[in-house]
Amino acid sequence: MELVLAAAIGILAASGVWLLLRPRTFQVIIGLTLISYAVNLFIFSIGGLRTGADPVLQGAAGDLAQYADPLPQALVLTAIVIGFATTALFLVVLLASRGLTGNDHVDGEDGTP
Amino acid sequence: MPDNALPSAIVCLPFAASVAVSLLRGRCGGHKLAAWLMTATALLGLVLSLWLYPALAAGGVWRQVIPWAPGLDLVLRVDGFAWLFMLLVCGIGALVGLYARYYMSPDDPLARFYALLLAFMGSMLGIVTAGNVIQLVFFWEMTSLFSFLLIGYWHHGASARDGARMALIVTAGGGLCLFAGVLLLGHIAGSYDLDAILAAGDAVRAHALYTPTLLLVLLGAFTKSAQFPFHFWLPQAMSAPTPVSAYLHSATMVKAGVFLLVRFWPVLGGTGEWFWIVGGVGLVTLVLGAYSAMFEQDLKGVLAYSTISHLGLITMLVGLGSALGVVAAIFHIVNHATFKASLFMAAGAVDHEAGTRDLRRLGGLRRVMPVTATLALVAAAAMAGVPLLNGFLSKEMFFAETLAGRHGPLLDVLTAVLAVAASAFGVAYSIRFVRGAFFGRLATGLPRQPHEPPLWMRVPIGLLALACLLVGVLPARVIGPSLRLAAGAVLGDGMPAYSLAVWHGLTTPLVMSVCAFVAGCLLFAGLRRRFAGLEAAPLTGRLSGKRIFERALAVFAADIPRRIERRYPSRRLQPQLLLIVLLALLAGTLAATSAPFGFHPRWSSVDPAFALLWLLGAACAIGAASQAKFHRLAALVLTGGAGLVSCVSFVWLSAPDLAATQLLVEVVTTILILLGLRWLPKRIEGLAPESRAHRFRRRRDVFIAIAVGLGVATLAYAAMMHPVADSISRFFLERAYTEGGGRNVVNVILVDFRGFDTLGEISVLAIVALTVFALLRRFRPAAESIDAPLQQQRQAAPDADQPGRAPDHSLTDYLMIPGLIIQLMFPLILLFGLHLFLRGHDLPGGGFVAGITVSVALILLYMARGARWVEAHLRVLPVRWIGAGLLLAAGTGLGSLAFGRPFLTSYFRYAELPLLGQLPLASAVLFDLGVFCVVVGATTLMLIALAHQSLRRPRQAADAPAAAGGPG
Repeated sequence: MELVLAAAIGILAASGVWLLLRPRTFQVIIGLTLISYAVNLFIFSIGGLRTGADPVLQGAAGDLAQYADPLPQALVLTAIVIGFATTALFLVVLLASRGLTGNDHVDGEDGTP
Repeated sequence: MPDNALPSAIVCLPFAASVAVSLLRGRCGGHKLAAWLMTATALLGLVLSLWLYPALAAGGVWRQVIPWAPGLDLVLRVDGFAWLFMLLVCGIGALVGLYARYYMSPDDPLARFYALLLAFMGSMLGIVTAGNVIQLVFFWEMTSLFSFLLIGYWHHGASARDGARMALIVTAGGGLCLFAGVLLLGHIAGSYDLDAILAAGDAVRAHALYTPTLLLVLLGAFTKSAQFPFHFWLPQAMSAPTPVSAYLHSATMVKAGVFLLVRFWPVLGGTGEWFWIVGGVGLVTLVLGAYSAMFEQDLKGVLAYSTISHLGLITMLVGLGSALGVVAAIFHIVNHATFKASLFMAAGAVDHEAGTRDLRRLGGLRRVMPVTATLALVAAAAMAGVPLLNGFLSKEMFFAETLAGRHGPLLDVLTAVLAVAASAFGVAYSIRFVRGAFFGRLATGLPRQPHEPPLWMRVPIGLLALACLLVGVLPARVIGPSLRLAAGAVLGDGMPAYSLAVWHGLTTPLVMSVCAFVAGCLLFAGLRRRFAGLEAAPLTGRLSGKRIFERALAVFAADIPRRIERRYPSRRLQPQLLLIVLLALLAGTLAATSAPFGFHPRWSSVDPAFALLWLLGAACAIGAASQAKFHRLAALVLTGGAGLVSCVSFVWLSAPDLAATQLLVEVVTTILILLGLRWLPKRIEGLAPESRAHRFRRRRDVFIAIAVGLGVATLAYAAMMHPVADSISRFFLERAYTEGGGRNVVNVILVDFRGFDTLGEISVLAIVALTVFALLRRFRPAAESIDAPLQQQRQAAPDADQPGRAPDHSLTDYLMIPGLIIQLMFPLILLFGLHLFLRGHDLPGGGFVAGITVSVALILLYMARGARWVEAHLRVLPVRWIGAGLLLAAGTGLGSLAFGRPFLTSYFRYAELPLLGQLPLASAVLFDLGVFCVVVGATTLMLIALAHQSLRRPRQAADAPAAAGGPG
């Protein structure tokens, strides 16, 4: 499990970084999305993976042996929502820059590939 | 000493009044009201401060502790010394307010003036009453900020702007040094509490960090009180309105520096370093300031350099290190405040009535403004140190101190001679001030016809001059008790014997005073002609601190950054991103290689299904990366695939909440990007030939990406295999139900334990939504994407040919069945959203997921039925949703304050309801409802705003043949 997920995070991050370095705004936005997947999974996985653990309390109090770790989940939940907000903002900035400069290059000039 | 709220009331009062004044409107009535409010506030502060006297005189310190962060309580501490300063700040503040009422022109924005002046006064009171050194630095920087705004009040003048900027850079820079200094002090003393630091004097002086601490604190004090070599900002600051100058130079700002010196004297003073640095700097400033003042041509310039010189005198007195020196310093702080405030006000009166402050043009004004002339004469005599006035007394004490003979004959003689010389210069510039403005032939050709200023402008000057006289004649009775109280608070048991009397017999200090007086008169008589012909002081005039400062500023703030910018162009995003990625890679590599991971690599079990899943995910990710340039839609679909795979992983790894949120966010993001795709330019593969540089760049980026991927994968693997010893998760698991009333721990963390974070998060979401909305309102698409897309045109073509069919008829027909289904599903989806919301506290779900579900329902309706149909049938007001949600969330948080609990404390109990059975009713559910509303509003606002872009164009170009109101 761990090995697969680590490799997955690596591949997501690599694809994202490659797109991040591309010159077109759409590539960058897709790259950021992929990187955010990688980062969310990374944060989520810190401290070990749990399959089949109970996410919801059965009794009054629980311990880590029985239940899934709620802390990284809460962090990632926040990260997903904030990631959505930044993607939306970036998309609109992308559109505005496209309208202003007439092209979709991140630097606003279409000279370089 | 009782714990009483009086000190905090005195400090808060000016700030409250400042806010009130800033809200005043109207030119004339508001102006008067603002002035009276300022005067009344200062007087009230004065009365309240006097109220404190009996308790302080009984011996003790008035402390008020307001608990805040652990180890950093807000402490207000009033001892005798702070009390004396409070009297000065409030008393002179009241007079300045009164004076400004008649000095300022009604055409100036006066609400701003008085609001700033009041806030400045409050900050100064904050400094003197601070019982915590961090708090002291906070107010210290606030005085820098407000003095900046006050000096630059007439911001249309370049000199005001430059002076204000210089004052801010010098004093706020000093403030930063002071901050570092008090942090060191707190580190050494083990507490930031002033009392603890004052008690730890021996430990501080013996500590290895004593010298850096001292230097940093002194840098703060010297910059603030305009000591050499930082004195140059003060003369530049005289472009402030004169009431401000009168206040800055007398009771506030520059006095904060010497306040600090006296305050920390018991901690830092008494060492060799203290003596040499503080005493030396004070002596140089004293002589240099007095010397330069003689050659100024501007009335306020003379006073500004005189202030520098007198502050040098005070600094030197503190630096000499004896207890008697401290007493004399405190005494001179008060005396200087009274005569300097009145002199500035007199100079302002001359400027106000005659229209100029140039000593070469003024003269003989005593004939037309006799009262002002007399008052100025008294105050100037006090400044020169004429007997029977307060300046004489403290100067006598100063001479006596220089003669105390503790530092070897050579040094003593040198100090005494320089002190007499500076004093003689002081006599000369005082004569020059009075003679130049008020005596001699009546000046002709002045910009205005001079006459006496209004009565209420003369009253403050008169009161201050009266104070000079009273203290000068009856020192023991008028100032004796207050001075003893103030000095006692600083010196404690080491209070020296001193006598406040006008006549001590024929002593050496008296002889020195007479010498200085005679020498000053001779100096003035001899050099009168030369003074008038000079633009700057001989010898020192060329060595202008101002010019050096401006040069340095130009080099460091303009030349060097410009050169760096030219060398490393930073306007382009692409190289910046490359740099950021490379730096992150470097930092990660360094961190990983310098510290061992601390885990023993072992092979983890591999679940084939999971591996297969991620094989798909990886293919999607790589596919998206390769297709994003030419096939945007494909890339978007592939990205969604990778997102879905990570969604499934969350389910697999026991995180259903994450999976649900990720899935829904995925949907909304995809719709959002789909809506945006239409405005991007077409990009067709294989049109541009691939250059060599291009190929190199791609290879380089692939290499970097692989390196990053490998690094991240290694790091992730290490983090997963490293067992977590003990995390705070245990806390949440144990308390979620017993204290938060919910079984879904993740949701309880979000809405209860870390509710404050969530409040911040939904605020961010709301801000982003509004920003998106605002940006899109001004959105102008590129010319080639204005026409409806090709597909839409083709779709609408048959309609255009047939008469009697609207352009979007075919489209409506195509979508008839899906539209109907979605319309029927709409209430069901809403119900499902409600269900998700209600069960969120105990089962996977919650406000975020429910909110996105509802907005997805709305957007589905938009897609199926078209925006016009939806908006004709359903009023969606996303901004109201956002507002209501934020109010609800914040209101729930504030509600706990009403029960005396901290912000966002949640409350829960179980209630039996008919039909529904036992339900948990937690206040956190209300908070979650706020979250829900914000998410619905924000998501819908963004989606609708983007969707409307397609509608706007065709509406504007309604006559265009291809115009088609495409849905969604």
